[in-house]
Amino acid sequence: MSVIVKEAGRAISRADERAPISSLLKANLRKVFPDHWSFMLGEIALYSFIILLLTGVYLTIWFKPSMTEVVYNGSYAPLVGIKMSEAYASALDLSFDVRGGLLLRQIHHWAALFFMAAMVVHMFRIFFTGAFRKPRELNWVIGGSMFLIVLLEGFAGYSLPDDLLSGVGVRIVAGIIEAVPIVGTYLMFFIFGGQFPGNDFIPRLYTFHVLLVPGILLALIGLHLILIFYHKHTQYPGPGRSNTNVVGFPLFPVYVAKAGGFFFVVFGVTALMGGLVSINPIWAYGPYVPDQVTAGSQPDWYIGFLDGMLRAMPNWEWEDFLGRTWSWNIFIPGAVMPGILVGLLLAYPFIEAWVTGDKREHHLLERPRNNPTRTGIGVAAIVFYGILVINGANDLIAITFNLSINQLIWFTRIAIFIAPPLAFLATRRFCLGLQRRDREKLLHGRESGQILRLPHGEFIEIHTPISDDEKAVILSKEDYPVVAAPPATDENGVRTPGLRAKRWRARLSRAYFGDNIQKPTPAEIEAAAHHSHEEHDHEVEELHAGGKEVPAVLGPDSH
Amino acid sequence: MSEKTSTELATAEHHGEEPLFPLPPHRHRLTDTDPRAARRAERQVATMFVLSALLVVAFVAVYVGVDVRSTLNLGPFGVVNASNLLLGLTMGGAILLIGIGAIHWAKKLMSDEEIVDERHPLGSPKEDQDAALEAFQTGVAESGFVERKIVRRSLIGALLLFPVPLIVFLKDMGPTDVNVLRETLWKKGDRILVDITLQPLRPEDLNVGTLVSASPEGLNEVQELEHTQNARAKASIILVRMKPEEIRSQQGDNWDYQGILAFSKICTHVGCPIALYQQRTHHLLCPCHQSTFDLSDSGNVVFGPAARQMPQLPITVDEEGYLVAADGFQQPVGPSFWERG
Repeated sequence: MSVIVKEAGRAISRADERAPISSLLKANLRKVFPDHWSFMLGEIALYSFIILLLTGVYLTIWFKPSMTEVVYNGSYAPLVGIKMSEAYASALDLSFDVRGGLLLRQIHHWAALFFMAAMVVHMFRIFFTGAFRKPRELNWVIGGSMFLIVLLEGFAGYSLPDDLLSGVGVRIVAGIIEAVPIVGTYLMFFIFGGQFPGNDFIPRLYTFHVLLVPGILLALIGLHLILIFYHKHTQYPGPGRSNTNVVGFPLFPVYVAKAGGFFFVVFGVTALMGGLVSINPIWAYGPYVPDQVTAGSQPDWYIGFLDGMLRAMPNWEWEDFLGRTWSWNIFIPGAVMPGILVGLLLAYPFIEAWVTGDKREHHLLERPRNNPTRTGIGVAAIVFYGILVINGANDLIAITFNLSINQLIWFTRIAIFIAPPLAFLATRRFCLGLQRRDREKLLHGRESGQILRLPHGEFIEIHTPISDDEKAVILSKEDYPVVAAPPATDENGVRTPGLRAKRWRARLSRAYFGDNIQKPTPAEIEAAAHHSHEEHDHEVEELHAGGKEVPAVLGPDSH
Repeated sequence: MSEKTSTELATAEHHGEEPLFPLPPHRHRLTDTDPRAARRAERQVATMFVLSALLVVAFVAVYVGVDVRSTLNLGPFGVVNASNLLLGLTMGGAILLIGIGAIHWAKKLMSDEEIVDERHPLGSPKEDQDAALEAFQTGVAESGFVERKIVRRSLIGALLLFPVPLIVFLKDMGPTDVNVLRETLWKKGDRILVDITLQPLRPEDLNVGTLVSASPEGLNEVQELEHTQNARAKASIILVRMKPEEIRSQQGDNWDYQGILAFSKICTHVGCPIALYQQRTHHLLCPCHQSTFDLSDSGNVVFGPAARQMPQLPITVDEEGYLVAADGFQQPVGPSFWERG
């Protein structure tokens, strides 16, 4: 052991003569990170990205990004003698004739699906706990941008093998690009090097997929992590935790072992999935031919909501007086809506900060119930997204459950407007109910379920006081003030500048916090304790003290 | 609740500077108190690491020993590729065991006492901010960026124009003659060949209710010549036959031949090929986004996101009795585009 320490010390001092390693290690080796399972979600995303880089490099060894037509002559018998692009043929070769090639391809695909899923759930965690608040707004924007970039990257990778399924996906994207007003047709011609499908798309997409986007992602992930390190990780409220400290375990050795170990867990599980569970069996679809399609075509899950939107949109198309075509039926779901959704996503921290007028740093996470409007917005967004994902698979649902596809689409068209607001209201109510319950618990303790009849005939329920740990969590709630609208003019009769915006802000502030349940003040808690003691505990204690049988205890603990 | 009390509370309240309750006392694990438990955990961790190493050996053995084409019959799970399965199990297992071992080590044997770090306000100290601003001002003054207007403005102008070449390069990414989207291979007298067999069709080959996919003669030569599938992406058609009295309308007078109708196969929504045909209703359903067209009624849209009817190809027979195009398409096929008109 001592040899290890000595050798490490020597290595460090040798390195130190060339770069200030010791100062760096001193500052960071024992850096504290808080512990919570939900902090692993971002890690899964990061590790999936590393797995993608690793396996992707291997795939480039055998994959040939070319649309040149070749006749397949490999070892997958059903396709022998069939004309196909070199890209598809090389994807088949690496699946059937390269040892471990299929495994690498399947690990790559599974890692991509995990990457997206981990990002989405990670984003939920950040959103619902308010971790995006100052000083982390920029990191939210970086993360949200990465979500969009990874979505495009995933679609690009899915399209590269040029099989029938992914080729239809590319055909759809080409159709969406064509629907962009004014520049759409040119854009499509530029991207495809002419008409669809042309001969240029796969090689161009390949450079995009293996060079351009991974480079951008690498830079953004680096920035994301540097900011996390610099800000120090947020933590959940609890005893000993405050906004100005961070409680947890040191980077070395605990997190080196746990987070480092977790990389191997994610990689190991992904590799097992690659060996055990078939994903994207491209040989079953056949090569892409523009006049063929498979029924029940489904994109990878993360594209599902876009496809669902495309399916639900009514068929609006204009031809203006100049004979120009406005394909609203494609442009709105294909480009406008995704733009609005991503814009709202990225802007949310700034919207909320404007409404609250809150300029303080927040390092203690907020419980979702304590910000009912934000939580409601989040759940409404999930419901909105969920309906679209389901509609993206409506043909499979119609077949599986023997339903009418037309009715399913009409259901989506209506539900997409009705369900999210309902989800918002229900969630908000639910949160306020939980706030009330928290207040009750602080004031009177937890309902024990034991009903007690007192000698004079009164029935009471025994409340048991809650632990300090629980109190610490509940008391972490912040009571945001409702911002009042300023008067229209000041005392000199001068109109308040920016009055309209300020009135809006007051309205939104009321919507956010107007219904919040105030947490009790220390005085109230004190008074409640005193009161309940006077009322009941006193009598119960007396009964116990007198050695008498407690009369008529009903409830779950009575026998 | 009133706004007043709310404001008072929020301003009076500290912003979580001090924890309200102290850290609960640390509870020791069994491995902290019982040396035997600690040794057991040590053995478990080491076992996982050793197993991992053994699995790597097994991986190499599989790589060398199992043929890439050999299969395994897993009963209810079907026949699988043995090489892929075994490589995945050994590689995944080896990696996973390192991870589980390391985490087990951390959880059982490394200190689990929480430590507290203080956070410090994120901004730089005031002196640093001032010094930074001053350094910036000095730099600006020394450069003369403010006074030397002509230098400044010409620089800004040059920098604005500097990306222009980078954008101009993109011009040759593709052609800009969009009129090719209006043309297909079809012209008067082209024979209609059934897909796959590439045989010309006679009217009697089609029964009422059938649908066949077809393409123009000469498509394959064009494809060979151009080395692209572009022609196929536009020229592909479907033929359906219905009783002549069932045809309610067509896009042109007598564009059918004895109840045989020809339509583009490319959806007018975003271009998926369509061949899901419901005989009874004469509806054609796109498998991608469920646009539905009524082929007995000019191919008009009856449901879904597509806005335009399926373009119809007028057909007839030639002197040898084979089905041919009576003319080319009279409107562009495939998805709408800005210049389509």
